[in-house]
Amino acid sequence: MEELKKVIVPIGPYHPLLEEPEYFQLFCDGEEVVDVEWIAGYNHRGIEKLAESKHWDQVTFLVERICGICSTSHPFAYCNAVEDLAQIEIPERAKYIRSIIGELERLHSHLLWIGLAGHFLGYNTVFMWAWKYREGILDMFEMITGNRNHYAMFRIGGVRRNIEDEDIPILKKTLSEVEGKIKMLTEAVIDDPVLSARLKGVGILNKEDIKNYGAVGPIARASGVDIDVRKDDPYAAYNLVDWKMITTNNGDVFDKAVVRLLECFESIKIINQSLDRIKGTKGEIWKEVREIPKGEGIGRHEAPRGEVFHYIRSDGRASSPIRHKIRAPSYVNIPTFKASCIGETISDVCIILAGVDPCYCCTERIAVYDKEKKKKVYSFEDLVKKSIEKTEKIKKEIGKESKLWKKLF
Amino acid sequence: MNVIYSFWYFVLSFIFLSVIGLFVSWIDRKITARIQWRVGPPWYQSFADIIKLSGKEVLVPEGSNRFTFIFSPILSVIASTICGTMLLLVLRKNFGFGGDLILFIYLLTIPSLSIILGGSSSGNVLASVGISRELKLLLSYELPFICAIIIPAIKANFTTSLIEIFQYQNLNGSNIFSLSGIIGFIIILIASTGKLGVVPFDLAEAETEIAGGALIEYSGILLGFYKLAKSILLFVVPLFIVILYLGGTPIIGFGSLLIFILKYLVVLILITLIRNTNPRLRIDQSLRFFWGWLTLIGILGILISLSGV
Repeated sequence: MEELKKVIVPIGPYHPLLEEPEYFQLFCDGEEVVDVEWIAGYNHRGIEKLAESKHWDQVTFLVERICGICSTSHPFAYCNAVEDLAQIEIPERAKYIRSIIGELERLHSHLLWIGLAGHFLGYNTVFMWAWKYREGILDMFEMITGNRNHYAMFRIGGVRRNIEDEDIPILKKTLSEVEGKIKMLTEAVIDDPVLSARLKGVGILNKEDIKNYGAVGPIARASGVDIDVRKDDPYAAYNLVDWKMITTNNGDVFDKAVVRLLECFESIKIINQSLDRIKGTKGEIWKEVREIPKGEGIGRHEAPRGEVFHYIRSDGRASSPIRHKIRAPSYVNIPTFKASCIGETISDVCIILAGVDPCYCCTERIAVYDKEKKKKVYSFEDLVKKSIEKTEKIKKEIGKESKLWKKLF
Repeated sequence: MNVIYSFWYFVLSFIFLSVIGLFVSWIDRKITARIQWRVGPPWYQSFADIIKLSGKEVLVPEGSNRFTFIFSPILSVIASTICGTMLLLVLRKNFGFGGDLILFIYLLTIPSLSIILGGSSSGNVLASVGISRELKLLLSYELPFICAIIIPAIKANFTTSLIEIFQYQNLNGSNIFSLSGIIGFIIILIASTGKLGVVPFDLAEAETEIAGGALIEYSGILLGFYKLAKSILLFVVPLFIVILYLGGTPIIGFGSLLIFILKYLVVLILITLIRNTNPRLRIDQSLRFFWGWLTLIGILGILISLSGV
């Protein structure tokens, strides 16, 4: 085994497969991948620490900058967390608008992935077409929020901008155009025999693997695990509209693509219903929030890549959170490569790694390097040990007075 | 005198082939762009690329075999230029000799071999993955490619001379208007995508997997030579297919030349369409595809052509 491990095919730190700096070492025996090692830590920005020095309202914008693609997921989860903490019920109109933004983002993110997956397979026509279709969604964003990527729509207690009645017909028209195009793309992808040959039976994750790694989102749903925060723990307007969760059973890359494509149609359903509900009605879009009381809150949102989780703690005096903990879906999805990549060929490993739709900037955790010796100071095990130690320390300090901690332990 | 004449003929045809090859690669890029709803590059883009590359620094990696590393791109250009020169001779002067078809099979493998040579001399891990793929691919597409070359040779009364195949078609109509001709044409079209190293058989370069593969360490004019050789091949291989399967009108005068160019463009566009409507295949899949179905159909085509259909 040691002999075989000597040939390392590097994917990263800078590689056309990855949009972000990240390093996968493939230990290869010919074309077959025997083992994979993941080295992270090129992109850490210390957002959690930064959040502790910002005002509650500023944190909404800060967390929006965690990820460029699912930029609204983090504010969504953060606002949910703060509203959970302060027990705020947001106005109904704001709920619908939040859902619309969340689902539009899912649409553009899934289309982006389909395009990238095509590019990674050398199928640049799919790449260009999917991104062309995505333009319609970005135009809708521009119409609603004024921005194409960082929308700044969320605030604690509601949303910042209203969707006016006169905008709704043109929004619905754009959406139905995009729907037709996605339908065509879906049929093209599902019927393509070469794509099937390339993707079916590749990188299979079964239900056991999903549970062991705690994978979430489309990855879990492609393996037949029906988890979706929008259904399991409804927030915003997701329990007010009619939609269904998409699951498939094979767990290969092809199913992951199918789940994403079919989810697009559910998103369109949600958006259409929400637009119908807010049309012709008037109402507040935010609720004034003056103070954040002492306590803790959690917020969850089903981002395009899976469940994003925010934990917030306030001491009731400071104007900023005293602890902000973020867990992005890629953090649990990426490590599934241990179960899906080993034994596959290099070509397949590339698309499997891309198949989880990894978002590295969401995932980045600390890495400590010694500059002189050019060596890592802490190994993964050391960091886990340190993290457990710290958790124990915090538990001793505050564990008794917290309701949440009692629930968890 | 003869030597000097051939030398100048070679140089002139190199210039001609470079210009037309780069122009043809622009057509390929432009069609690709239009299929993908992009605007596409201006007509001089391919020339600009080569000129830009020739101005860049050439880096020879440490630990590489310097001579092989520098020599193999040049070999690649020379081989593809000789291919093109031979074809032009056949078309322009009806010049050829008895076994030039076999010579072509050899010459067309040299660009692939030079990529393997260059990649293996660079000493890069990704390049080694790339050359192992290129080797397997070369072995796999060569078999149906040769099958498809044998078919017109049989039809033209068992000759291995390209000029005789071309003249046979002038008398008896294009090879493609027969059952074995159609089979052979489809096979050689698919095999030539492997030969040209375009999608679905671009695994030796597979940018998103092994970041350029065999060519990863190349830079400057050496990379430019590989690109140039590839462009020339993009001109030579479809021309070869046209001569083998779509002959039928002797090139006399302007009108017949136009028809000939049209035929060439049809083959080129077909290759471009194949490369834009398929994802990249895995190496085991391409091997199974070439040695399985395609070779079987190729042998079937040979049998049919033996029976004279």
